[in-house]
This record gives sequence, structure tokens and C-alpha cells, in this order.
Amino acid sequence: MTSQVSSPAEQADGTVVGEQRTAAGTKDVRRLDRVIIRFAGDSGDGMQLTGDRFTSETASFGNDLSTLPNFPAEIRAPAGTLPGVSSFQLHFADHDILTPGDAPNVLVAMNPAALKANIGDLPRGAEVIVNTDEFTKRAMQKVGYDASPLEDGSLDGYHLHPVPLTTLTVEALKEFDLTRKEAERSKNMFALGLLSWMYHRPTEGTEAFLRSKFAKKPDIAAANIAAFRAGWNFGETTEDFAVSYEVAPAATAFPPGVYRNISGNLALSYGLIAASRQADLPLFLGSYPITPASDILHELSKHKNFGVRTFQAEDEIAGIGAALGAAFGGSLAVTTTSGPGVALKSETIGLAVSLELPLLVVDIQRGGPSTGLPTKTEQADLLQAMYGRNGEAPVPVVAPRTPADCFDAALEAARIALTYRTPVFLLSDGYLANGSEPWRIPELEELPDLKVQFAQGPNHTTAEGTEVFWPYKRDPHTLARPWAIPGTPGLEHRIGGIEKQDGTGNISYDPANHDFMVRTRQAKIDGIDVPDLEVDDPDGTARLLVLGWGSTYGPITAAVRRLRRAGEQVAQAHLRHLNPFPPNLGEILRRYDKVVIPEMNLGQLATLIRAKYLVDARSYNQVNGMPFKAEQLATALKEAIDD
Amino acid sequence: MTDADTLLQLVPKAEAKQTMKDFKSDQEVRWCPGCGDYAVLAAVQGFMPELGLARENIVFVSGIGCSSRFPYYMNTYGMHSIHGRAPAIATGLATSRRDLSVWVVTGDGDALSIGGNHLIHALRRNVNLKILLFNNRIYGLTKGQYSPTSEVGKITKSTPMGSLDAPFNPVSLAIGAEASFVARTVDSDRKHLTEVLRQAADHPGTALVEIYQNCNIFNDGAFEVLKDRQQAEEAVIRLEHGQPIRFGADRSKGVVRDPATGDLKVVAVTPDNEADILVHDAHHASPTTAFALSRLADPDTLHHTPIGVFRSVDRPVYDTLMADQLDTAVDQHGKGDLAALLTGGDTWTVVG
Repeated sequence: MTSQVSSPAEQADGTVVGEQRTAAGTKDVRRLDRVIIRFAGDSGDGMQLTGDRFTSETASFGNDLSTLPNFPAEIRAPAGTLPGVSSFQLHFADHDILTPGDAPNVLVAMNPAALKANIGDLPRGAEVIVNTDEFTKRAMQKVGYDASPLEDGSLDGYHLHPVPLTTLTVEALKEFDLTRKEAERSKNMFALGLLSWMYHRPTEGTEAFLRSKFAKKPDIAAANIAAFRAGWNFGETTEDFAVSYEVAPAATAFPPGVYRNISGNLALSYGLIAASRQADLPLFLGSYPITPASDILHELSKHKNFGVRTFQAEDEIAGIGAALGAAFGGSLAVTTTSGPGVALKSETIGLAVSLELPLLVVDIQRGGPSTGLPTKTEQADLLQAMYGRNGEAPVPVVAPRTPADCFDAALEAARIALTYRTPVFLLSDGYLANGSEPWRIPELEELPDLKVQFAQGPNHTTAEGTEVFWPYKRDPHTLARPWAIPGTPGLEHRIGGIEKQDGTGNISYDPANHDFMVRTRQAKIDGIDVPDLEVDDPDGTARLLVLGWGSTYGPITAAVRRLRRAGEQVAQAHLRHLNPFPPNLGEILRRYDKVVIPEMNLGQLATLIRAKYLVDARSYNQVNGMPFKAEQLATALKEAIDD
Repeated sequence: MTDADTLLQLVPKAEAKQTMKDFKSDQEVRWCPGCGDYAVLAAVQGFMPELGLARENIVFVSGIGCSSRFPYYMNTYGMHSIHGRAPAIATGLATSRRDLSVWVVTGDGDALSIGGNHLIHALRRNVNLKILLFNNRIYGLTKGQYSPTSEVGKITKSTPMGSLDAPFNPVSLAIGAEASFVARTVDSDRKHLTEVLRQAADHPGTALVEIYQNCNIFNDGAFEVLKDRQQAEEAVIRLEHGQPIRFGADRSKGVVRDPATGDLKVVAVTPDNEADILVHDAHHASPTTAFALSRLADPDTLHHTPIGVFRSVDRPVYDTLMADQLDTAVDQHGKGDLAALLTGGDTWTVVG
């Protein structure tokens, strides 16, 4: 077999592989429909940068793509050890794809630890490029290789390319005035050059990137570019690489438009800026650095010329506190965090529920409990978002499904917060945050109108005929209270966390009033206008519904496609709104004999569904810090169909 | 124009003359009869017309505790928030709305226990906030546990054998936290309280005013030594900028620097040492002497308690700096263009 996509693990997901050979000098060029590459090395080897660059080249070439960065929580874990391995997986194709791929077709292993940590994920026949310079006896022993895996036959099932990457890089840079150590640092660019040759990637973008990144150190820029070109030339000249591959642009997979590559955290940041523009309100972010949410703080702090205020607070509590203060003052207020931060913010979220002010709480979920797995993904904060507060404190919950979808989800969360004057949870996760995919850049006219009307004058006439302002007199349709910001004459009022009298907002300990207010706050959230859930059930004959939420969209959809290709009937629906649920959800659930809910937790959505709809939904769970693999999900769903 | 003038001009002025009555809300005041909080409320309501700011541009933010009910009684905008977090909430409000005069009302438990972190960070940032810290050296609302300013050995419901922890001195703490304005006053001395409020209101940046406030239910008489006319003469040191620091009957005592240690001490004034009496300089750039003054008081007996403005220095104000960065960003990159931002650098076009 010559095709890279026909490995057993991948077969079911691939469309027909067209293979054609064209003469390019003495080398073969083969056409593939899709490829999965994983770059792996020490956490100091620059694998994330290498992957990012390859992704950019691939995006600008027009392939569909999906990425999975995977790195340790330590900044520089001990060199050469298994826990120190950092990797970046990229799946690109000439058609529409949904996941970063189950198993790599190509592994670039910069050292023995990277080989050992990743080889198990590769199907037989995959290509393995190793940096032989790092395969010293000591380095191999460090990760438990008694004999060299490059020589003991253990890699016989793979297509092994032993390349002395370090030596070749140092050799290529001997004209430069660099120490050996400095020259060695460019070996990731050599590897990138080699892979760029292998897959016919455009190179201008990377060269421009290097020139701009090292603008202040032109020597370093030149050295990196030289290493990058040397890697390319090495591929072209050496006998070991006899074949290169083409993956055509995914032209027909996408609707017409202008596209770019975007990660979840970047899309989310842009969504917040767009929401601020659409609402015509200044954006205020109160935040405390936490993995994997910090990139949103970094990104927003770059855009002060949009009137964006970013406040790096002394702690998580102050981050949301400042945001709530800004909301009181009329800003579109946001706080960004991950699960541990949500725990600390809970009391303030409760206050926001009581004050009924708009506030976005962005939770980029990571492995828990406690510190858990800061750099790994999980969906285990759903019940925390739903219920993690004292008292009856309902909060709407919105979840994006793909990295690019984080943009739309941010706008939707802002719509709900502003319309209903309520804190809203936006539940992303580490996989969406760091993963990337092509995004059709929307025209500004397509963005929703989020304009709000602040209260301008009295809204109530007392029995004595006096015109007064009642801060808790509600809109009869949305049940939202007026947003009267300081600086508005005549509307001076006091709000607080103590129970308020309906209408006046004055302190009230009256039992009946409390009961009424609790029910009213709940009714306001329950009444949020949420679009109906759409079901993908092509011929309407499926008996099993697979229901998901959040970042499992890609793997679930890939698994459903596999099953359908194999002749199975399966229906799929994916929730964006987790509180309130779409109005037609109960009816949809009852339409199917079986409901399966895959989640990267121990069944949190399933718990909510079972409780609310009395449906015998089954959970399928994985909590290993990684996204589901499509094949594994397809197998599980097939078992459920046959059960 | 100084930063102070600029900042004050950002807040709109009242169109008509105001009176104390304008600042009283329609809510019934619910503190215990005889509580020191009434005196502070009256002083603040009485002082506000003097500021002449538009009422709608004044906001009182509080945390939790007896004193934190304060905003309900002010006919301005107000937020009664959660325990300890008022400085954080007020920071977000003040930095996003420079046209507001933002006041924080807090207590010794709220500001120094549960909210200690927010207090020190507000002070170091120098956000444009006026923080009124009502210190009664006890937890009132939870009915009488010792507080972080209670004297060691305090017998309370939670410390029947006496409290074990050393108290904070709020003025020392604030000076250590880089505060640009720190003052102390007493609830019962309306004239002094008003004068301190006046200076705090004029200060650009965070002003911390510690107000000794009597809890007549759970810690009655805690500051009696400072209030009883006869005892106060010996106990209270009134600080006035530019004046020698003297107190006592016939101003017979004074504060001098001990040449051996550099510390401050109280001496009987004599013709020989009169020239050595320290002249109070609230505007001195170094906080060293202000800190030394804050250490003169005996935490148990409150003897030699300085009141007045310890420190008042000009330091860049956080809100101003943040606004300046926004302006600079527009100068450098132009006003944000969303379409250009979304497009970014590398795009490709799919033609239908």
C-alpha cells in the first residue's frame, strides 16, 4: 500500500483516495486526499511553533485542516524525558474534515522521548522521521530504550527516515556567526523545511514570518530561513525521500468567501470585540492569568484602539469583581478563566444574578478537579456552570462546537447577557482554545445587532401620581430589568445582593416576595429565546440519536459519517444552548428509541437530560485529557445501535 | 493643571445648589440606636453639597458588614456588594467611567480580613477611589467576634480565652501598600472628619480614610480614650501639614526623631528640644516618616494615636494611565477597524 490514508485506523473516514504519479525530476509526486502529521520533541524544541507554521502554510494553500496542540504544563520540563514531550498534530485535506485525526500518518520525532511517547499512536506503515543526532545511548536509556529502536527492528513496520537533523542544521549554518548551541536551535526550521517540501507547502509565509519575528535580530532571522531552506533542499536532493505528496486545496468543501485559519481563543477574542462593536458598548475584561484562558487576555490587551480595557486583576475574584463594576457602569463586561477560577468567582456570579447585570463568564475548561491537567482538555465544568452557586442562581450556558465557532458563540452569549441582563457562561475548552481550523471571515453586515437601550427616565407612577424610577420593574416580555447606568440624572438607585422587593428594588425580607423573586429570576432564564435544535437525520429512519455539546462536535460528526458510510442509520444533534435547552429538545429526544451522549466527563449533560426529560439517555465518556477519536466513537455508537 | 484638577473636572458639576437633604435616600436607616455609623453618615451627607458634584455621577460601593449598608442611605447611585470585594468592583467602575466619583465604604473585617487582597492592590494601583474604612475593632453584623484590628487577648464569643492574633494597624498597612493618601479620623469629631473627607475628595488616586467608629453593642467605648476630653488631650496627636507635631495639655509634648534609631518618639517639650520637634510633612515623597508616625500609637491603649492626614502625595493615577494607553493606541494604530482585524494577515478566497 502506498497511500498514506489507507492505514487501517483511518480507512473508514477517508473518501476515495485518488493516487496519481507525476514526474518531477527523478522523484515521484503522489496525490493524497488527506494527511495527518504530528511534530513531537522536547518542550524547548519549538514544536508548537513548527506546527503553527506548517498550519499557516497549509491554510494559505487552501486545505481544510484541524489541529491538536498537546503540551506539558511545565514550561521547560526536564529535557529528553517522556513528560517533557510536546507535540502538535495537524490534519489537512482536500475535503471537509472535522477532527485533528485519530492516528498520524507521519511522525516527526526530534528525540528518543518523542519517538517513545508517540509511536504507539501510529498505524503500521506510517512514516517516521527521526532526528538521529539525539539518539545517543544516554538519551535512549533515559526513556528506557535498552537498544536503539532505530536498529533493533522494532520500527520495521514503519517507513523510517533516519535524518541527522541537528548535524545538517549546524552544517547549513556554518557560514553564520553562531555558536553551535545557537545553530542547533534552528533544527525545528530544518524539519519544517523538509516537511514543507514533502507536502508541497508554500514557503513565502514562513520566511516572512521569520523575518518579522526576528526583525530586531536579522542574523537569527537569516539563520532560521537558511535552515528552513536547507531542510527543503535536503528533501529534494536526498535519496531517502523519493516521494513527495500533494493534497489539493479543499475548494469544493467550503462555501464561497474569504477564509483564514483561526484558533478558538483567537476567534473568541474577536467575537468579544465584535460584540462590543455591535452593542456599541466599550469592552471591559477583568481577568487573572490561567491556562488555557490567558491567550484571550493577551489578545484583547493588544486591541486598546478598539476602546478595549483589559484589567489584569490581583486574583480571580477581583477579575470578575472589576468586570461586574464595569457592567454597572455600562460596559460590555467579560471575565475569562478556567475551572479553578470559576470556583473562586462563584460568589460574584451569584451577585451578578441578583443584580441582574449583563456579564460574560468565559470558562476555557481544562482537566480537573483542582489544578488537574492545566494543558489538557475536558468538559467537566458543565454542572459547575449550571449549579455551582449558593441559592437558586440560574445562569444561561452557551457552548461553541469548533474553534471558529467560538466567534459566533461569543456573540450569542453577549446577546443573551445584554437582552436579559444576566451573567452568561460561555463554555469553551482547551481543545477548542488551542486547536485551529479555517474560518470564513464574516462580512460586518452579517453580524447581529446587539444594541441596548439604557434607562433614560422614570418607569413607574406611584399611587400618589409621582413619576419614579423602579430598578426592578421588568420588561413584560423578557423579564429583564432596566439598565440604568450612573450618570443618568433622576435614576439614582441602590442595588445589592440582599433580596430585593419586586419593582422598587428596596431591601425586602418578606417571605412571599422572596418566593416570587426566586421564581421570577428562574422564569427569566427559562424564557430566554433560544433557537430550535436541528437534527441531522438524513432519511428520518434512524432509531438512535447521538446528542453532544461543545467540542465533541468534530469527533461525533466524523463518527456519524463513518457509520453512515458503512450503511448505518444514526441521527445527530448538537447543543449550543445548555441553559435553557432549545424548546424542541424534549420532543426530539422522544422521537428516538435510543439516545447516546458522548462527553469528556462522567456524564454531566446526560444527568441534566435524564433529570429534565426523563429519557433513558446513555453516557459514553472519556476523561483522559484528549478529544475523542472518531473511530472509537463510531465503534461505541455501532455497539449502541446493535444493542 | 495638576492631575487632581483634571480628574475633578471629569466629574460633572451639579447644576443647582445642593443641600444635605439631597443626599438622603428614602430608606429608613437601620443601624442600632447609638451606632457611630449615624455620625459618619451625617458627616458625609453634610459634606457632599460642598463637593458640588452632580448627584447622578456619584457612586457608593460597599461590601458586607454593618457599615456596608451605607449606600442604601445615600441618594446617589450605589451598590451593596459581597464581602470584601468592594474595592475590586469599584476599580472596574472607576477605570471604565472616569466621569464618576466613586466611594467605597467598608469595615475592618470587610477590608482587612476577607478583602485584604483587594484593598492593598487598589492602593498600590492608585485607582481613583475614596475608601472609607469604618474601624470598630469588632465584627458587628455577625454579633461580636474579634476582628483583624482587635487588640490581642480580646475576649469575644469566638475567643472566650482571648484572641491570639496581633492586629493590623490599617494606616501602617496602607502606607506599606504604596498608598498615596492615608488619613485617620474619629466618628464623633464631625469637624475633623469633614476636613479629612475634604482632603480625601481632593486627592487624585486612592484615598484611604480610617474612621474609628464606635460599636455601642459589641465593643462600646473602644475609642473612649480618644473621645473623653481629658484623656484625649494626652492620647490624641493631631497631625497638621506644616505644623510641629505637638499635643497634650498646653501642647507640652512633641514628637522627635531618635537620632540613635531613626525612629520617632514622644518627648516632653523643653526650650532645649523645641527646635527638634518634627514638623509634619504629609507630602514628603518618602513614606518612612508617615509610617513611623503610624507606629506611635499603642495598639492596646491607643495612647499617642495620631489622627489627620498621614500621607498625601501625587502619584500617577491608574484610571488616567489606562485611558492614556487607549488614546495612545488610537494615535498609533488608528481607531479599531473590525473588518481589518477579522481579516488579519493570511487569507485565501474560495470562489463559488
